[in-house]
Amino acid sequence: MAFNPTPRQTTALKSVIFVLALVPFARMVYLTLAGQLVEPLEFITRGTGDWTLYFLCFTLGVTPLRKLTKWNWLIKLRRMIGLFAFFYVALHFLAFFWFDHFFDLQEMWKDVLKRPFITVGFIAFVLLIPLAVTSTNGMVRRLGGKRWQWLHRLVYVVAPLGILHFWWMKAGKHNFTQPIIFGLIVAALLLVRVYWSRSKAKAYASAKPLAAAQAAAR
Amino acid sequence: MLIKRSPNGIDLPFSSEITPRDVFESRRGFIKQMAMGSIAGAGLLEMAMREAHAQGGDNPKLPAKLNPAYSAMDKQTPYKDATTYNNFYEFGTDKSDPAQNAHTLRTHPWTVTIEGEVKKPMTLDLDALMKLAPLEERIYRLRCVEGWSMVIPWSGYSLSEIIKKVEPTSNAKYVEFVSLADKSQMPGVSSRVLNWPYVEGLRIDEANHPLTLLTLGMYGETLANQNGAPVRIVTPWKYGFKSAKSIVKIRFVKDQPRTSWSLSAPSEYGFYSNVNPDVDHPRWSQASERRIGEDGFLTRKRKTLMFNGYSDVAPLYAGMDLKKYY
Repeated sequence: MAFNPTPRQTTALKSVIFVLALVPFARMVYLTLAGQLVEPLEFITRGTGDWTLYFLCFTLGVTPLRKLTKWNWLIKLRRMIGLFAFFYVALHFLAFFWFDHFFDLQEMWKDVLKRPFITVGFIAFVLLIPLAVTSTNGMVRRLGGKRWQWLHRLVYVVAPLGILHFWWMKAGKHNFTQPIIFGLIVAALLLVRVYWSRSKAKAYASAKPLAAAQAAAR
Repeated sequence: MLIKRSPNGIDLPFSSEITPRDVFESRRGFIKQMAMGSIAGAGLLEMAMREAHAQGGDNPKLPAKLNPAYSAMDKQTPYKDATTYNNFYEFGTDKSDPAQNAHTLRTHPWTVTIEGEVKKPMTLDLDALMKLAPLEERIYRLRCVEGWSMVIPWSGYSLSEIIKKVEPTSNAKYVEFVSLADKSQMPGVSSRVLNWPYVEGLRIDEANHPLTLLTLGMYGETLANQNGAPVRIVTPWKYGFKSAKSIVKIRFVKDQPRTSWSLSAPSEYGFYSNVNPDVDHPRWSQASERRIGEDGFLTRKRKTLMFNGYSDVAPLYAGMDLKKYY
């Protein structure tokens, strides 16, 4: 399907996604204010964590989907989706810092250093900060496309760390269904990249002698 | 020391004054009236009944005399919170699952078989259990291993009343509680989250401690299904999961019972699992807790008390390294 949105259509599409991406947050705020939750703090902490993982998967899904459908314009949506992953992880961290430690920095550090489950989540959060900071066009230019791309490959580390954090959270209760599903999705999204980069390297390697031969023949 | 020992108990709240439940009770009555009056009444009535089951609050009254010696002075948790925020994995792993799913539990008829190292094994039905000793109301703090707490008025009597009747032999070193595990009534039993049936246990001296409550009611009514109807144990100085729900068997045994949680994650949930602010769970601190319905956005979590404030039980553990026997 050769759908190729005009700039105006792209803007409209982005606006729709922007609003949709805020729905989970709006729902948390609403349910909390409406007093519908017995334990809103837990609900917010878990909800923001869940949505961080969802948006990480969506971000990682853009390129495979683009290649599969040949809808190259999808790339225009990726930055926003990635920034929403950061939005939810920042809220998730804030929830932890606020609800668990009541803004006591020292207490928080003790927790981060003492518990691997939290250490891993914290590292994943910290690694996402440079990606959010360098998400603007200006930063892409300043870094140069190559370096920017290398930096943003950090997300390949962040996503598995996020899964590990989630896995350990569920481990105590042997509730692995969700971590397994997330793990499989992230694994598939990363493996397909390994596969593509390998076949690209192979194609490049087999093309090289041919190109050299052609050059020699000329 | 937070257990109020007042000789007359006059200053203590009674279960009748606890919750703002009359509001939704009257609403439910209204729904029922509407339902009965309408032609499509059957469906609506069923809906109303289902709602009643899901939320509790319509359970039969269960008169019990407040025992002020065993009643905490803390503010009680609203009935709605205590019956909609539960861990009862037989009905699902989310806290809201038990309230939604537990209506399928059939609590009548029900029997509890008491067996093992006892001179007089017996099987008691609910009627017999209700009449075995006078029912007392006790307001206990409940501390969940996950770091939250509630304050709940339970009705029942000390488990020691039953222990006296069955006459344990000298071989009876531990008491094991076995919960119902019936897939047809409990959707969660089909998942492999835990070893079913749910097994919990106490050392015989812990089981004999007067605080250990054989519980048949809450908030002046019979137990809500999601809270472990029709009969459960409550040991307020231990994390909540030690208080087995919907019990069908009480076994007196020689060896320490292999309890469900300690089998599932031995490094996280020990056999004793006494509330202890100094022994952290591997994944979070146990030094503080959030009181459901009270501590929120504007308050720091409150300090957790040793043995959940029930220092009466300390002699049971004299000389024991509670970091080792967590």
